[in-house]
Amino acid sequence: MTATDYAHPERLVSTQWLADQLAAGAAGAGTQIVVLESDEDVLLYETGHIPGALKLDWITDLNDPLTRDYIDAEQFAAVMSARGISRDTTVVLYGDKSNWWAAYALWVLSLFGHENAKLLDGGRAKWIAEGRELTTAIPEVAPATGEAAYPVVERDDAPIRAFKEDVLAHLGKPLVDVRSPGEYSGELLHMPDYPQEGAVRGGHIPGAKSVPWARATNEDGTFKSRPELEAIYLAEQGLSPEDEVVAYCRIGERSSHTWFVLHHLLGFDKVRNYDGSWTEWGNAVRVPIEK
Amino acid sequence: MPASLAEIAADFLDLAPKDRLQLLLEFSQGLPDLPERYADAPESLEQVHECQSPLFLTVEVGEGMPRGAQPVSLFFSAPPEAPTTRGFAGILHEGLDGLSVDEVLATPEAAPMSFGLAEVVSPLRLRGMVAMLSRIKRQVALKSGAALA
Repeated sequence: MTATDYAHPERLVSTQWLADQLAAGAAGAGTQIVVLESDEDVLLYETGHIPGALKLDWITDLNDPLTRDYIDAEQFAAVMSARGISRDTTVVLYGDKSNWWAAYALWVLSLFGHENAKLLDGGRAKWIAEGRELTTAIPEVAPATGEAAYPVVERDDAPIRAFKEDVLAHLGKPLVDVRSPGEYSGELLHMPDYPQEGAVRGGHIPGAKSVPWARATNEDGTFKSRPELEAIYLAEQGLSPEDEVVAYCRIGERSSHTWFVLHHLLGFDKVRNYDGSWTEWGNAVRVPIEK
Repeated sequence: MPASLAEIAADFLDLAPKDRLQLLLEFSQGLPDLPERYADAPESLEQVHECQSPLFLTVEVGEGMPRGAQPVSLFFSAPPEAPTTRGFAGILHEGLDGLSVDEVLATPEAAPMSFGLAEVVSPLRLRGMVAMLSRIKRQVALKSGAALA
């Protein structure tokens, strides 16, 4: 399968692989392969989830409640330890919306240098479409303590996260706008169906090219093969894996998905996610905008 | 807040935060389906765009009663993969369905903040419930000829 030619194929696992690990008792709460569900809806996990999976909510678990930022090192260690996750635990993430929020969570884990994190290709939808088991049972978890406790590791944002100032300095270099065409053109101030996170100005960051995130996935939510992805990002868009690239969307969740594609599947080393994205740029005073 | 809604708020506040999610789930499961006349005519419903998932609602106001006393009926539609949104709708349905126009219009805008849900689902997600209530009140006012407070 050409898909295995990905730059970092170990960053994706298949539903069959996960099912096999679960059956062997090698994955799930309390094992060395912890499975986390990250969804848009905070209650979706409770309606049914992969057996042994725990929840990781992008807002209540990963966001700082006061400042628009992610949690700090101590809070992150607590979130991980509570789920029985140690520094060397393999974390498999999956969720709804073609893994938008799972990719977002994986990117946040990467800010803290937890590289042993993978996405379940196809996410929640594929697991369900294949008729695999779901349960509402919430696993008992023994928190990771003592030597196994998750260490307090300061975030290192710079390699994969771009702030507004970074984007201003980056103008002229490749920018990938992963939103819908209507948002890119400025016709829409918000994603279709999501108007509560709108902006006062529409359009895109000058020089950004429109490559909607969904172009990277198949109907079933799995990522396209490497040749198919290269046809889009390299041949069509003219990007090269040596380029410095910044991806953005509205709040950084769809662009995490594209970040995952460029960084882990296509081997781009210098790609950053601008999580402030359009909710920041489209509301910021005096930043340049193009339509 | 109308007594029926206040009772629901008390039920939520009696629970520890993590148990409130479970109760919200029960409300999402208890949300009645649309009756045929609306299920077959989705264009007759108003979409609450502020919700992160597709939530549609409409309101009926009973006739033949003094203005303000007419009973209000609420109808909601939300998909099963949006349980939080369904849960909010379920709370509003149980708390407001059957009340009078005056009682619904007197429900404070900030009522959704009284359930102890902000810390559990996040204030961002709660905006959907605030928007639902606001649109319900607007429809009730329009359909009853009353003025919005």
